[in-house]
Amino acid sequence: MIKIIDLHKSFADQQVLKGVNLEIADKELVAIIGQSGGGKSVFLRHLIGLLKPDKGSIIIDGVDITKVNRKELDLTRQKFGVVFQGGALFDSVNIYDNVAFPLREKLMLKEDVIKQKVTEILEEVGLVGIEKKYPAEISGGMRKRVALARALVTEPKIVLFDEPTTGLDPILLHSIHNLIIDTHKKYGFTGVIISHDIPEIFDVVDRVAFLYKGKIVEVGTPKEIQNSTNPVSRHFITGKYDGSIEFFN
Amino acid sequence: MKKSIQKIGKRTIVFIRTAGHMFIFLMKSLCYIFIPPFKFKLFLKQIKFIGNKSLLVIALIGTFTGMVLALQIFYTLRKFGSEAMLGPAVALSLIRELGPVLSALTVTGRAGSAITAEIGIMRITEQIDALIAMALNPYRYLIVPNIAAAFVVFPLLTAIFDVIGILGGYIVGVKLLGLSSGTYFSQMKQYVDIVDIEIGLYKSICFGLIVSWISCYKGFYTSFGAEGVSKSTTEAVVLSSVFILISDYLIGSFYL
Repeated sequence: MIKIIDLHKSFADQQVLKGVNLEIADKELVAIIGQSGGGKSVFLRHLIGLLKPDKGSIIIDGVDITKVNRKELDLTRQKFGVVFQGGALFDSVNIYDNVAFPLREKLMLKEDVIKQKVTEILEEVGLVGIEKKYPAEISGGMRKRVALARALVTEPKIVLFDEPTTGLDPILLHSIHNLIIDTHKKYGFTGVIISHDIPEIFDVVDRVAFLYKGKIVEVGTPKEIQNSTNPVSRHFITGKYDGSIEFFN
Repeated sequence: MKKSIQKIGKRTIVFIRTAGHMFIFLMKSLCYIFIPPFKFKLFLKQIKFIGNKSLLVIALIGTFTGMVLALQIFYTLRKFGSEAMLGPAVALSLIRELGPVLSALTVTGRAGSAITAEIGIMRITEQIDALIAMALNPYRYLIVPNIAAAFVVFPLLTAIFDVIGILGGYIVGVKLLGLSSGTYFSQMKQYVDIVDIEIGLYKSICFGLIVSWISCYKGFYTSFGAEGVSKSTTEAVVLSSVFILISDYLIGSFYL
């Protein structure tokens, strides 16, 4: 279970998170939606300990990762898989080695086991035959799939997705969404997805949390969010220019 | 007046903070060199990258440095009728001074800048974050192999530079200016002491540490965007070069 309590974060004079509270149950898929530059990625980076909050707690399976030392934080990080916005694949190694990397370095498995796992996961994300290629030689959609494969290959308990479909065409977008649904069914991970894909993301997740002005202003099932009477949520979901949301602040 | 003092104060604070940050980075990196697990493959890869790929340019610069040095020193020595001292003069200049400094400056331009750019790009494309998110220590994968490789490679490249430079001096002094081969080398044996070789060795180790430390630091803490990487790369080369020359003077004056 992930529990975020009163999370605050500022960069210089800019207060990005102003008291975020959210609970995510085990095996639940939650989407975080909100304005661009509204602090969604900053929020996600706190979950894996890449940023330290100014105030507040992040409790993962009973461990408050804001108060533990580096060693204990690394133990909690072992539970995570992260799909970064641009994939964050290692440029200097090929696709096979990218996916095999956490198995080799984190779990220290034998090469024959690694080979079997990498082949399996690449088949699952529909990328057979590109093992020898380098990240620069494949398309953006393929890179996202490889990133997903690398995040899932260790069968983590929690998977974080930072805008996994940014820059993809509608067909690829749906294919990535379907992949998230299928792998979630198979592996049963807890998932947090940062997304701008409205309304498509509503078909993927169990719950949606709307981050606005540094706070979660509304949490609910996709249906509840779609039928929300909150003027800010309504404005964001409809995507119209005029409404309750303040832009350019 | 008040504003100027405030500006100076601000800059001093930033300077001290950066210096402290860089020092902690170096100490952390040096500690990880001795704490397992070691990434031996990455270490060998960096030896190849810093060392093997710099060989040609080191050989080229070494040859011409030795040749120019012989030409200039011969011109001066002839005025005193001491042409026989050409061999030791070329050898001492190269071993004590020019070999370590020029090979370090060459490697800074070729490999140091590339190290900064590579680590910097890894930073801005979240590859370093990906390592941390996997509960892996980025120092072990990106910093330690570079610093450890520099410790090995810099003295070797300096030795190669010295030998090729002396041969370059031989070509000019013996083949072009008519000095006898025996004079060139026998005088060298007499005047070059083991302490001169030691100085060159210490300098090259020190320069290796400087170049790898600054290049890795600037890449690791690059600011965002292509401009950030370009700025870090320039800073790494300039700062490394300045540090090389300052430490060259300090080590040189210590051994005088």
